Amino acid sequence: MKLELRGITKRFGSLVANDHIDLTVEPGEIHCLLGENGAGKSTLMNVLYGLYQADEGEILLDAAVQHFAGPGDAMSAGIGMVHQHFMLIPVFTVAENVMLGHESTKAGGLLDVAAARARVKEISDRFGFDVDPDALIEDLPVGVQQRVEIIKALSQEAQVLVFDEPTAVLTPQETDELMGIMRQLRDTGKAIVFITHKLREVREVADRITVMRLGKVVGEAQPTASNAELASLMVGRAVELTVHKEAPTLHDEALVVTGLTVVDAIGQLVVNDVSFSVRGGEILAIAGVQGNGQTELTEAILGMQPRVEGSIVLDGKELAGRSIRRILDDGVGFIPEDRNEDGLVGEFTIAENLMLDRSTTKPFVKGANLQLRYLADFAREKVKEFDVRTPSIETKVGRLSGGNQQKVVLARELSRDLRLFVAAQPTRGVDVGSIEFIHKRIVATRDAGIPVVVVSTELDEVEALADRILVMYRGKIVGIVPGGTPRDVLGLMMAGEAPPAEDAVATEGVVA
Amino acid sequence: MSIAAHPHALDEPVVLEKTVVVSWKAPIAYAVFTVLLLLLVLFGSRDASTTFRLSAATDAVKLGDVTVPAVLTGWVTVILLAILTVYSVILVQAKRRVPLWLTVVFALVFMFGFLTWAAAGSTIPVTGLLFGAVSLAVPLIYGSLAGVIGERVGVVNIAIEGQLLAGAFSAAVVASITRQPWLGLVAAMIAGVLVAFVLAAFSIKYFVDQVIVGVVLNVLVVGLTSFFYSQVLVANAATLNTPPRFDRIPLPLLSDIPIIGPVLFRQTVIVYLMYIAVALVYIGLFHTKWGLRLRAVGEHPQAADTVGIKVNRTRFWNVALAGAIAGLGGTFFTIGSGIAFNKEMTAGAGYIALAAVIFGQWDPIKATLAALLFGFASNLQNTLSVIGSPVPSEFMLMLPYVVTILAVAGFVGKSRAPAASGRPYIKS
Repeated sequence: MKLELRGITKRFGSLVANDHIDLTVEPGEIHCLLGENGAGKSTLMNVLYGLYQADEGEILLDAAVQHFAGPGDAMSAGIGMVHQHFMLIPVFTVAENVMLGHESTKAGGLLDVAAARARVKEISDRFGFDVDPDALIEDLPVGVQQRVEIIKALSQEAQVLVFDEPTAVLTPQETDELMGIMRQLRDTGKAIVFITHKLREVREVADRITVMRLGKVVGEAQPTASNAELASLMVGRAVELTVHKEAPTLHDEALVVTGLTVVDAIGQLVVNDVSFSVRGGEILAIAGVQGNGQTELTEAILGMQPRVEGSIVLDGKELAGRSIRRILDDGVGFIPEDRNEDGLVGEFTIAENLMLDRSTTKPFVKGANLQLRYLADFAREKVKEFDVRTPSIETKVGRLSGGNQQKVVLARELSRDLRLFVAAQPTRGVDVGSIEFIHKRIVATRDAGIPVVVVSTELDEVEALADRILVMYRGKIVGIVPGGTPRDVLGLMMAGEAPPAEDAVATEGVVA
Repeated sequence: MSIAAHPHALDEPVVLEKTVVVSWKAPIAYAVFTVLLLLLVLFGSRDASTTFRLSAATDAVKLGDVTVPAVLTGWVTVILLAILTVYSVILVQAKRRVPLWLTVVFALVFMFGFLTWAAAGSTIPVTGLLFGAVSLAVPLIYGSLAGVIGERVGVVNIAIEGQLLAGAFSAAVVASITRQPWLGLVAAMIAGVLVAFVLAAFSIKYFVDQVIVGVVLNVLVVGLTSFFYSQVLVANAATLNTPPRFDRIPLPLLSDIPIIGPVLFRQTVIVYLMYIAVALVYIGLFHTKWGLRLRAVGEHPQAADTVGIKVNRTRFWNVALAGAIAGLGGTFFTIGSGIAFNKEMTAGAGYIALAAVIFGQWDPIKATLAALLFGFASNLQNTLSVIGSPVPSEFMLMLPYVVTILAVAGFVGKSRAPAASGRPYIKS
């Protein structure tokens, strides 16, 4: 089935999310939609899927104009979507999720679960997915959950399949497998739209590439185009894709973590007997697929986890068991994984957010009074230094773009006297331009002799920053390897396989 | 082409190593109750026998009375409870969970010991006690079914209290005028639905906080019914507020089973409808298209939306259905018992029903059992004051509420509410 979008325009108030977008996807091709976060890719696909109504323009399938009032219409017209945030109900089984919305029933109105099970089995066998129809979604790894999403679309006889940022949550191996699935689907004649901002994947799998920026189509490219060409098309200017950094100047061991175990509310060892150390002036990157204990590890260092065993020693002082306030006062800077949840108060101004974690002492507070004038001067200076693009320091942080929000967090943390800097997913949901800036500041922090721990699920980021790489899997350390370890080795480690012997030397080398 | 190629099986569920988060809640609670009974036996010692009557004189199959000496039984139960407490301590020290059955056994033994002590020198009508428990649980069970449906579809229904009261009022008035209890029943359901419509409109369409709308609705219904009661019903009590009652209908054969028969199968139509309602809601929720969609909307409304389910419409009509069920439960207070309507006669039953929803982990069957427990606590208080037990009546009046608090506090941590319960679905 051939998909054609003509002059699609979608406005949210004064913001034009899609500005006269034209796009044609032929059956049997993988068409990549490349663009930064906020370029309007997802909006366009939500229009296609009937979740939003376009203000102008039309959608054509095999040259027939379509009117979708909701996702139900789009589905019955043959459009299937694999959402970035899986649209699966965690407490339902695979079969229940697949049948939801299109249930077949037996006598008496009872659900025909057996039929749904058979349908899952049939599709799963046809494509070699190996999915158990009776498994609960919440028990499945994300890679398998994604296959359930694909089965859901295929069970509705979808001819046009949209993959919205499908690789964000996958290990490199799972990503390769997904690429295989996409090629296989293409070969059966489906039209595939693949939305992403990752250049490597685009070049690997795309038949055609359309690049979007700020709500407009800015060009088409061939899969043979280089990374730099694609990136400059995407951002609108030439960008440095890798930070330039010198070899590290190592100082003494600063952070020593020994036998750290974190237990969650239901008794699972989310961090399981973890030991490592970081020296002043080096960046230790913690790699791993989301949900393998990295979040809990960083939160334990900051004192945010309630059930922690083991020791965390910074410059000879034990941090474990101390209050968050004491730990911050001891000079630990922290960029939390989810800045909107843990890093910023959206309804506060930039200035107010810049003093969030120093609201107890001078120079921001004297007696019981905020020192507003000092705060204003401080905020103006930091906004300039950290290149926060904002109309004023009184702007509410919630109004800023992801990149500018993250720069506010970065400014707050790096303007304290740090003895340790922990950055969790520092560039998640951040535009390429800001990534460049944030990476430079992290490297600068390292070069000032401060130990830095960076947690990232993006291998590109790990490669760009790490002096050493610690890989976590199911709460344990799989290994600690030097920066520059090949991606395929890291990929296997992220799936739990121990690194080959020669790479493991780094563990000994630096600790000794 | 096959995809499964890697040695690390991707399809096995992520299982982390586990340890047990030790909870001393159960052993401490056991110890407290053991000491409580010990104190009663020590200082309130009453040298007499207690009789448990298991069947009435009119029953077809008669069971003999059981008589036990109060003091000896008291000591035996205290020792049993102490053993159970020690066992629970051993379990927790070995990092194992205290199983539910142990708590059930403990509660039964404690209840036996307590009843023996409290009723020393007199007779406890066991079937009467249980029959009353089922009866008092009726509005709680209807209410908790309404609560389960509401929360499963994503709307917290605090207005159960108001729906029960509106149901009781309309049933009384309509049944009094028409002399037809069945019409009263229909009127009660309509009244419940009307209250639900307000809740649904404000919380689903206008995104007003569901808890606030619910509480305000309860106050509104109390105000309205009290106003009409004092201005209209009192003056015309003969025509407007003398509701006929549903007769008790003993089911043939079933009602002759010892103990169970008199308790469960000599009830009114309202109770029989309740048995059907519990079964229907259970099967409906977990085995039909209606239930699958309802639960999907309450767990992950966006996912439901993307497969073409109208989230807000589903919520609206199911909240209305819940209102009808709660309204039906309200009939128990008036036409179910043949009592005239009175101000605020539901006395917080709606809130207790809500507690039963949580204690019952959002499952209709478990919520029903929880409601039965609360009903038992209420009727225990009635029974003990009738036989003249030494426990002060004010203290006994607290009992159902104390049981509610203990039950909810002890279990609420373990259960998981529907993920989107209480959150409006706002489509961007």
